[in-house]
Amino acid sequence: MSPLEENHIFSGTYGFVTNTLGGPDWLAYGMGAVAVIMIVVNGFLLIGTLFTWMERKVVGRFQSRVGPNRVGPFGILQAIADAVKLLFKEDIVPRRADRLLFNAAPIVMLAPSLLALAVIPFGRGSYVADLNIAVLYVVAMGGIASLAVLMAGYSSGNKLALLGSMRAVAMLLSYEIPLVMALLGITLLAGSMSMVDIIEAQHVPFLLVSPLGALIFLIAMSAELNRPPFDVTEAESELVGGYLTEYSGMKFGVFYLAEFCNVVLAGALFAILFLDGWEWAILPSHLWFLIKVFGFLFVASWVRATLPRMRIDQILTFAWKYLFPLSLVNVLALAVETIAWPDPSLGQLWIMVAVNWVIAALAIPLLSLVVDLKTPARAGRRVSPVEEAI
Amino acid sequence: MTMHTQPVIVNIGPHHPSTHGVFRMRLTMDGENILDVEPVIGYLHRGSEKLAEERHYTQVITLTDRMDYVASMTNNQAYVLSCEQLTGITPPDRGLYLRVIAAELQRVVSHLVATGFFLQDLGAFATPLMYAMRERERVLDLFEMLCGARITVSYMRIGGVFQDAPGEFWPALRRILDDFPSFIDELEDLISDNEIVRSRTQGVAVISGADAVNASITGPVLRASGVSWDLRKAAPYDVYDRVSFEVPLGEHGDNYDRYMIRIREIRESLKIVEQCVAQIEPGPVRATTAMLFRPPAGESYVPIEAPKGELGFYLVSDGSIAPYRMHVRAPSLINLTLLKQMLVGWKLADAIVSFGSIDVNMGEVDR
Amino acid sequence: MYGIGILKGLVVTAKNLLRKPATIQYPEERVPQASRFRGQEFTWFVDRCTGCASCAKFCPLGIIRIETDPNGGNEQDGGSYRVDVFDIDQGRCMYCGMCVEACPYDALHMGSNFEAAQYRREDLVINVEVLKARDKHPSTWYRPQLEREKFDPFEGQPKEWKDAGRENPFWHPQRPEMLPDEGDTRPTANGEYK
Repeated sequence: MSPLEENHIFSGTYGFVTNTLGGPDWLAYGMGAVAVIMIVVNGFLLIGTLFTWMERKVVGRFQSRVGPNRVGPFGILQAIADAVKLLFKEDIVPRRADRLLFNAAPIVMLAPSLLALAVIPFGRGSYVADLNIAVLYVVAMGGIASLAVLMAGYSSGNKLALLGSMRAVAMLLSYEIPLVMALLGITLLAGSMSMVDIIEAQHVPFLLVSPLGALIFLIAMSAELNRPPFDVTEAESELVGGYLTEYSGMKFGVFYLAEFCNVVLAGALFAILFLDGWEWAILPSHLWFLIKVFGFLFVASWVRATLPRMRIDQILTFAWKYLFPLSLVNVLALAVETIAWPDPSLGQLWIMVAVNWVIAALAIPLLSLVVDLKTPARAGRRVSPVEEAI
Repeated sequence: MTMHTQPVIVNIGPHHPSTHGVFRMRLTMDGENILDVEPVIGYLHRGSEKLAEERHYTQVITLTDRMDYVASMTNNQAYVLSCEQLTGITPPDRGLYLRVIAAELQRVVSHLVATGFFLQDLGAFATPLMYAMRERERVLDLFEMLCGARITVSYMRIGGVFQDAPGEFWPALRRILDDFPSFIDELEDLISDNEIVRSRTQGVAVISGADAVNASITGPVLRASGVSWDLRKAAPYDVYDRVSFEVPLGEHGDNYDRYMIRIREIRESLKIVEQCVAQIEPGPVRATTAMLFRPPAGESYVPIEAPKGELGFYLVSDGSIAPYRMHVRAPSLINLTLLKQMLVGWKLADAIVSFGSIDVNMGEVDR
Repeated sequence: MYGIGILKGLVVTAKNLLRKPATIQYPEERVPQASRFRGQEFTWFVDRCTGCASCAKFCPLGIIRIETDPNGGNEQDGGSYRVDVFDIDQGRCMYCGMCVEACPYDALHMGSNFEAAQYRREDLVINVEVLKARDKHPSTWYRPQLEREKFDPFEGQPKEWKDAGRENPFWHPQRPEMLPDEGDTRPTANGEYK
């Protein structure tokens, strides 16, 4: 039986439609699939909105203040209140905007995160599909988000929004490469791109086996998600709107939701690829998965509360001059180890852990000494006669 | 193949969460780089100098609170010193010590606000700002104990200080003096070594010492450029000649130096307050409780080292109970004049940060 | 090494996570106020007021309006004017306390409230009836006699007009129970209080 047919929700609905209602086979299959998808998608979106609440509370605690606490018990209904407020706002489309692209951009932003859910296992046996190219699939979905940013910026009809979105796309594309390299290392270690295989290959969590890969994944993923310290796209909205300037009402709500859902998705990926997914002792697998995802979300909120923002030219310099060579070092080390021990036993895995940590501890400082991260920030000055008189 | 671009004028308008008060900048930009800066001020003009001509000397003190509203004690101090030069009254010692304690605590508050908002502009998502505000609250509670108000204090009077400190003031001050250095250490740990802060502020918006002196810049901005000029040492007033403290100096005159100077000045201010608490003696705090002063005709100007620079009130008296003319030498306005030289050539993201590093208060700029 | 500063910053934020938050949940909790707090709800003792209008003269904003009647009827030593109109526009008041500082008879005191918001601007102007009817909880601002007896404007009993002034209460002929060696509580020549 395929994993879908092993799924209780699916088989329950299938049985209900076929036996109780006496419907045809294709209808039962369809209804079963819809039931599974509803549960998965809604659960994910619910966790996304829960994350907005959690972030505000956690960041508030870091700043020694209490987060929202008026709207429900512990302020948990704040997320719902935000969504309701956005629903009530007027939906403005600028006259110069390209209507089709303008309306489609939020959908294109949210859809890939939902699509990527298809391959995420939430617990033992709990997944919609087990693609054997799951990692590539997820990276491809992430790439579509860059398209959505460009669509949003272009279709706004606003010169400055276009500028902001092009800058954002430059950043997103630059960080795809270190991200893919880190995932390449994981694939080498596990020998397969399928999520379930990766989890089963982690006798030692890959966070320990490939620390460089984990670090690069964290940094590159923060940039992909537009999270601090890489949040130029939303914070340059101090001055210029960024690609979100002209959006209002629920379209903005969908962008906002998509951003937070992407963080949850990244957390799920991190948990699967580096923290050994749903494996551990005693507790049921779904609970472990949730715990690991929330651990990642906590660290993301922690970083957001602490670090200031980087300037766009510094971000791009960092990606190309520092992260990219570092990721190459990572892949090289892992490739050599995979050739040496193609099917590592537990002991050999621990040797790989030690070797990789030493390589990480050496590579990070040495590379920072060798690479010059100073950006030529001061472009050509034009001196005015008034200034010359000063 | 080159793209033909044209410079764009971006208006960073008076209503803005990032500019410190209502300040408008019109930037001419080529893509991301700034080519020209045109500051537009006057959005907070309330006619303080004209209003002062119709109020008694004592009533004008309430007006002076509201100019640099972040640092009212030093505004009061500058005005009262100028009046005392007109009338020739000498305050008693205890009054002078209380003045210095209040002024130095106000300097701590003002620098905390400046630092907090500087880091907020850098994008640190309000965390250092919240810590700075939390500690500022404790000092403002002290001010409330002292004179009943936290921000617009009207604490000083001609001839001394308004009222003596209540009994509960001294233990509270002691607690603050004990806790603050560790808080400043924590703030420095959070920010000063942070690579992101350093890479965004070091070398950015440099003012050379010669340029600063030529443009009459004073205060932490001048000292960050390497010029050692502090009115508390150069022309001491009140009891600054009886306490010992250092004047921190910077080297490069960039944003990072201006930020570091303020942190170091907070530490020095706490040292001054410690020495004043040790040296203060019981006694009267006020030379006279009269509310109407009729100084002889003349003029006076006593500059002080306010947290933002050299603040002075130029008073002209014609022998009546109200000043004939009052003019304020506002440090924020004069420090703003070099804005164009600082910003041209840098990027848009640096513009707000550099503007924040000068620490301008629009109440003072526009009066 | 690149990254040490960032790690130090993360440690500082983590330390603050473990501290109690500094939030005070208004309106369930209140910020503790100093007894010298210059607040709304001016305290006015009609029995002490002579209608001299020093408060109105010293207000920098000119928001106090006083109209008096010299055929007053206030049976005090020396006689005084009856105050018919005493309007204070609290909408424009900046609570600087010049009026309180100017009052020679300690008739007007600052209050300690800050929650007297109204829905209309006209309701913010308080008149003589409101001032007469209020509970007397004066702030100890510029009233060292209140501070000396550690009067708490928030919890303390409302003040009587005889106890609110800086003169010796023994002067009032209806208070013979006060001990004669209370000391002279008038200010000295240079304005200081003993």
